[in-house]
Amino acid sequence: MPEAGRLPEKPAAEAGRPLLEVENLARYFRVMAPWVERLLGGKRPKMLKAVDGVSFAIPTGRTLAIVGESGCGKSTVARLVAGLYRPTDGTIRIDGLDAVHAKNAAERRHIRRQLQMIFQDPMASLNPRWRVRDIIAEPIRAFGLVKSRTEIERQVAELLTHVGLAPIDGEKFPHEFSGGQRQRISIARALSSRPRLLLCDEPTSALDVSVQAQILNLMRDLQREMGLTYLFISHNLAVVRHMADRIAVMYLGRIAETAEADTLFAAPRHPYTRLLLETIPDPLKPKRDREPLAGEVPNPLDPPPGCAFNPRCPFANDRCRAERPELKRARAGKGWAEVACHAVEEGRI
Amino acid sequence: MAARTALGRLFGRVRQSDLLWSFRSSKTTMVAGVVVGVMFLASFLAPWIAPQDPYDPASLSLSDAMKPPVFSDRGFWLCPGGYELREGACAEEAKGSWQFPLGTDDQGRDLLSTILYGTRLSLVVGFASIALAMVLGIGLGLLSGYAGGALDAFLMRVADVQLTIPAILIALTLDGIVRGIVSTQRHEEIALFVIVFSIGLSLWVQFARTVRGSVMVERTKDYVAAARIIGVSSGGIMLRHILPNTLGPVFVISTINLAVAIITEATLSFLGVGLPPTQPSLGTLIRVGNDYLFSGEWWITVMPGIALAVLILGVNLLGDWLRDALNPKLR
Amino acid sequence: MALLEVRDLRVEIPTRRGLLTILDGVSFEIAQGEVLGLVGESGAGKSISGLAIIGLLEPPARIAGGTVTLDGRRIDNLQREEMRKIRGARIGTIFQDPLTSLNPLYTIGRQLVETIQTHTHLTNRQAEARAADLLKQVGIPAAESRLNAYPHEFSGGMRQRVVISLALCAEPVLVIADEPTTALDVSIQAQIIALLKRLCREHRTAVLLITHDMGVIAETADRVAVMYAGRIAEIGPVGAVVNRPKHPYSAGLMGSIPTVERRLDKLPQIKGAMPRPGAVPHGCAFAPRCGYSRDLCRAERPELYATEETRSACFQYDKRWEKAHA
Repeated sequence: MPEAGRLPEKPAAEAGRPLLEVENLARYFRVMAPWVERLLGGKRPKMLKAVDGVSFAIPTGRTLAIVGESGCGKSTVARLVAGLYRPTDGTIRIDGLDAVHAKNAAERRHIRRQLQMIFQDPMASLNPRWRVRDIIAEPIRAFGLVKSRTEIERQVAELLTHVGLAPIDGEKFPHEFSGGQRQRISIARALSSRPRLLLCDEPTSALDVSVQAQILNLMRDLQREMGLTYLFISHNLAVVRHMADRIAVMYLGRIAETAEADTLFAAPRHPYTRLLLETIPDPLKPKRDREPLAGEVPNPLDPPPGCAFNPRCPFANDRCRAERPELKRARAGKGWAEVACHAVEEGRI
Repeated sequence: MAARTALGRLFGRVRQSDLLWSFRSSKTTMVAGVVVGVMFLASFLAPWIAPQDPYDPASLSLSDAMKPPVFSDRGFWLCPGGYELREGACAEEAKGSWQFPLGTDDQGRDLLSTILYGTRLSLVVGFASIALAMVLGIGLGLLSGYAGGALDAFLMRVADVQLTIPAILIALTLDGIVRGIVSTQRHEEIALFVIVFSIGLSLWVQFARTVRGSVMVERTKDYVAAARIIGVSSGGIMLRHILPNTLGPVFVISTINLAVAIITEATLSFLGVGLPPTQPSLGTLIRVGNDYLFSGEWWITVMPGIALAVLILGVNLLGDWLRDALNPKLR
Repeated sequence: MALLEVRDLRVEIPTRRGLLTILDGVSFEIAQGEVLGLVGESGAGKSISGLAIIGLLEPPARIAGGTVTLDGRRIDNLQREEMRKIRGARIGTIFQDPLTSLNPLYTIGRQLVETIQTHTHLTNRQAEARAADLLKQVGIPAAESRLNAYPHEFSGGMRQRVVISLALCAEPVLVIADEPTTALDVSIQAQIIALLKRLCREHRTAVLLITHDMGVIAETADRVAVMYAGRIAEIGPVGAVVNRPKHPYSAGLMGSIPTVERRLDKLPQIKGAMPRPGAVPHGCAFAPRCGYSRDLCRAERPELYATEETRSACFQYDKRWEKAHA
């Protein structure tokens, strides 16, 4: 289908060029007490550095997962890439084009068409007053991809079948479906505009285990069939193991370690990655006598100076408490990883 | 064809819905529903079923004036020589009759007919002012809730100021201004609009606040984010996505406020700043009858009073039921 | 004798669509000091089991049959006042959301003291000392000064520790923990689980651990019961159920959990979905989704039959299995 409007001048991604490139991405939120308090108590506005200098790239057809606990900024990264927030700093390039400063409306539309998003909460991600067929058809209509009503109906029916539902389900409302089925509808909606990049924000966290398996299998099948690229956000390392080619571990707005999935699980280098792997309860390898690492995730409004992980890190030294580490390449078992850790750089661990 | 099946489906859904079941499970609500329904219907059909057209001077006759209701046996009757309670002379005229089942007023108007027409007018004013309040309230609530920030703060302050001015004051002020500007005859013609406008203006805030609250909740939901990602405009999101989700509570409020609007109009008419005597609503009737209350022709005030009370009570009960039925927590 | 015995427990809710059975004859025991895990997916009835035991079912849901016995004494048919005495003193509870389990308007100290004094006869001073001691036991630093803090001043993990201390303050014999770690971060989860285990071992408190997280169960429980559609599918020692499940549902469940160990091409999945209350098929509730079902499964409801290590509600372990036809 020909695109409406003027096509961007830059050619589409050359072979080998990543579909998504993110460099030094940052997003700060000003957190302010109500102005009366500020006036009387002299409280200054604080900066919540939700994302503080994140860089990664995803080649076409692959899956990058961002893992971390709540508050680490991984969801914010997804929303920045989706265009729901404007970055405070840094660049986002989709298909080679600057997604933050699009040159004109046609380019902006072109960029928007490349991506879609799947959300965590199956209840809140579908409009309860819309019929399923309208929900799925909305991206088609918004981008003007198909004009005729019968053609839209046909595509919607095809999408429903593709995600494992029946065409007649289009007539129903979201509340008539279970959580897993609603996620399938979300996936169908995301696919209807034929995007190339799918941002998945904890898509199975709210689902039961057996339903999760169905959805993850579906997502893998779709990726293979349609050559989709995934940015997969999750806090569950086991799920990420199943889905990702490459993994980035985030902590308090920064990336601690990035590596290919096999490398990360075989030889984690960053102390936080090791903590995460240690503490996940795995039914097949239960640690019944564990003495876990003490300490809490610090307040993101008041991050520790230097390396964000230093209060909980058994290897922290003075340099860690003063200087923020940068991502540097390091050997990890048989492969390589990018690790932001002084101890790793200094060869101490 | 498509319309018929859609209607059929809607009917089927209504039949099976929780709403209908909850309606039928409460006797009070059913009675209220029936009574209000009858009053609606009767007042709507007034031109056809009223025994007399009370606004047509030709159909009136002063000799019919002050007749008591049909069940009253001892009415006061204007006999030659003054008011007297008689058992004997003038007793024939003292009895009520089926010709005027609820009696007549001082002009010889049949009270039943007047009540029918008056209810009609009250309902028209009620619905119209609610409609105005809804449009204004929903529109401003949507804007306020979705935009947030300075616009929201400003609109909410306007709403606060609005709340300090009661409907009666607005109506008095507006009425006074209009009377000063236009001729009396013109004023009578547009009195209806003035009233509707005043009452609507006094009621929009509740709608706006409720809608704003709902909007602020809905706008954080992921389906709104999904729409923004594909580039749907803010207006599109507000109208097509968020608005349908805020209408539930609005429906409940409008039912309850209908009663408020009707009472307010009655009050205004009673005070003389409402509808003119040529278009009497229930409030006007009550006012007119007020003068005769203590001289014994009680029915001229009491009959429309009862009609008004029953209407308000019925609408209130329906509103209560609706609020409870639509409350997901009570289900 | 078992500390807690649940026999044939049934819970029903009357709705306008009829009577819905959400617990359909559930039986299990917990021995003194034992940790029994109750696992299942949402809607299986595990939370309802916990609420029914402790008498906190929200009307119109009600216990429609069966018995719950604590230390030989029936507790499912008690008056409200008597149940109230048991709650807290003999059975402690930990719910999922630490944010709503604590009253935001009162200090931690006040809530602790109030609970302690409800169940013991300590004076204010003694109760405060005990509260500080409890906070120390659950690992909250600077316990005395923290007594004056409000719940919102604590992090999620800390709040859950406070909730645990509240549950244990009257030295109950049984603690019912409903998804105690689900709302917490992974690294904090591990701390809380370890804490719970340690405290219960020290105080010899039995635990009914209700969760959907098999990993937590594998690390914490001694025995586990797998629930499906309001019934128990399998019950037995945790190692056996997790590694050598004998019920097709348990097997499917364990198989579908992704593990960090290896990446599979396709996660084994169970087709279909768990039936809702009111739509449970006749006979075995899992039969429509089961690859092994025979006519017997569709005709009759299975009991819990003994297998090598566990008890499984599957006709494969009943002597009638050979004669049954597909």
